[in-house]
Amino acid sequence: MTSGGFIEHLQTGLWQENPGLVQLLGLCPLLAVTTTLVNGIGLGVATLLVLTCSNALVSATRRWIQQDIRIPIYVLIIASLVTCIELIFKAYFPTLDRSLGIFIPLIVTNCAIVARAEVFASRHPVAASIADGIGMGVGFAMLLMAIGAFRELVGQASILSRLDMLTGGEPFNGFVFADSGLLLAILPPGAFFSLALAVALKNHIDRKRSMSRSEKMPRDLRRARR
Amino acid sequence: MEFPRRDAPYLSPKADVSAMMLQVLLALIPAALAHIWYFGPGFLFNLLVAAAFCVGGEALMLRARDRDPTVAVADYSALVTAALLAFALPSLTPWWVTATGALFAIVIAKHLYGGLGFNVFNPAMVGYVVILVAYPMEMNLWVAPRMGDIDYIDLTLMQTIKYTLTGMYPDALNFDAISRATPLDAMQSGLRNMRTYAEIRTNPMMGDFGGRGWEWIGNFVAFGGFWLLIKKIIRWQIPTGVFAGLLIPAGLMYMIAPGTNASPGFHLFSGATILCAFFIATDPVSAATSPKGRFVYGCGIGFLIFAIRKWGSFADGVAFAILLMNMAAPAIDYITKPHIVGHARRGDHQ
Repeated sequence: MTSGGFIEHLQTGLWQENPGLVQLLGLCPLLAVTTTLVNGIGLGVATLLVLTCSNALVSATRRWIQQDIRIPIYVLIIASLVTCIELIFKAYFPTLDRSLGIFIPLIVTNCAIVARAEVFASRHPVAASIADGIGMGVGFAMLLMAIGAFRELVGQASILSRLDMLTGGEPFNGFVFADSGLLLAILPPGAFFSLALAVALKNHIDRKRSMSRSEKMPRDLRRARR
Repeated sequence: MEFPRRDAPYLSPKADVSAMMLQVLLALIPAALAHIWYFGPGFLFNLLVAAAFCVGGEALMLRARDRDPTVAVADYSALVTAALLAFALPSLTPWWVTATGALFAIVIAKHLYGGLGFNVFNPAMVGYVVILVAYPMEMNLWVAPRMGDIDYIDLTLMQTIKYTLTGMYPDALNFDAISRATPLDAMQSGLRNMRTYAEIRTNPMMGDFGGRGWEWIGNFVAFGGFWLLIKKIIRWQIPTGVFAGLLIPAGLMYMIAPGTNASPGFHLFSGATILCAFFIATDPVSAATSPKGRFVYGCGIGFLIFAIRKWGSFADGVAFAILLMNMAAPAIDYITKPHIVGHARRGDHQ
């Protein structure tokens, strides 16, 4: 994985090493805010931006960062980026910012970001690190959106409710299919169930693929996770 | 498991899963009849819906897992899950609520964890908790038992069927007109509103120990439970543990402050205590397995039931107590490993 082109770095984060599905990192925001698709998009985009920028900055400054105090420095870099993102959200998407609440500032503590800084950006050139950041960030955002959409569909029987938080304009309650859904999906246990189902689905697809290819490539990955 | 017959004409013991599950189902019949007598025919429809979706879900999941659906469906374990779920439900429950619980129990709590023998949690209780959390209003529609002077609404068979199918209240009735506080609800809210135990017991819904009607269902459940004990389908440790864990703290609290605590008799005959002790906690898959461990496991369930009833926000805590102790069961088994003959006891020095 360490060697390879821009595209490979981009792809690893999307599926093979998806931060949410495989590394199981950053679960706190993933579980907490994915009650609707719009929330998922909001936090996903914010995390993507922070992750890409922090990877670029950490990679660019990796020669000057003292080994002994690298983690605090990463946190400093990430925290300043998150502050920027938070201010941007407050300025342009005030309702979305209120809806996500503390979870925008809490991106600082998203372990997926520190993990990519430590594991990847601190040992790779800037271009590769940016590719990794985009790949991981998009992979994480896709998962947030998928779980957000699933929980919203099952829990409220609607989709894209409060889309106005992204686009502005009149309050929009989404496309509603029924009066009520299975409340459980919106409650915290629903988040755990959805994530577990997503991980199971990914493993299932991987296994089907490796069976049809008769090549055992993802098997090593599975063993590593055990 | 069939044991081959040897020389002498020994009887080969029938010790297979389906025989055991069938006994459990038979032992529930008296309680089911009592339930129908006091709360109307709704129980039958709940049982029917739960059984259909449990068995259907079981067959579907077995097919998805490339197993033979006919063998495992015939072992009655899905029907036991359905029956326990049906006992937990109010007699009036819309069919989709029951179906959600049944499918969740079988598909997620049982088969996604590996099927019969591998499920960490008691499937029926997982299904019940899911619908309790997801449909709080439907799950609180308890009617009053059919007892002479209690103010109860006698729904006809057609009205019950209509509600089960559509979730719409019969003409001129609404949620408030049909639903009544259960004895546990009345006790919990009464005690929290600074009324004394003796005062709450003057309510005509209260019987000798628990609520009228309710305590009789408890007796019939216990009847089936003792039969299971005699048949050696269940062991004595878990029921004893549940009763000890519940009644000892309840008794102590009642002795110290009889005004602000329900009596142990009330705890014993209310809610699902007896059903839990004999039928739910004794699920051989999700319970602890060592003899000492079973007692500890039962005690934990009993105490948690007491704690949830006394300090929790739900009126009864059987399902939550079971699920919490299911999580603890592996640790309990590890700590209470039986002593192996010939090996030194822990702490013994040769």
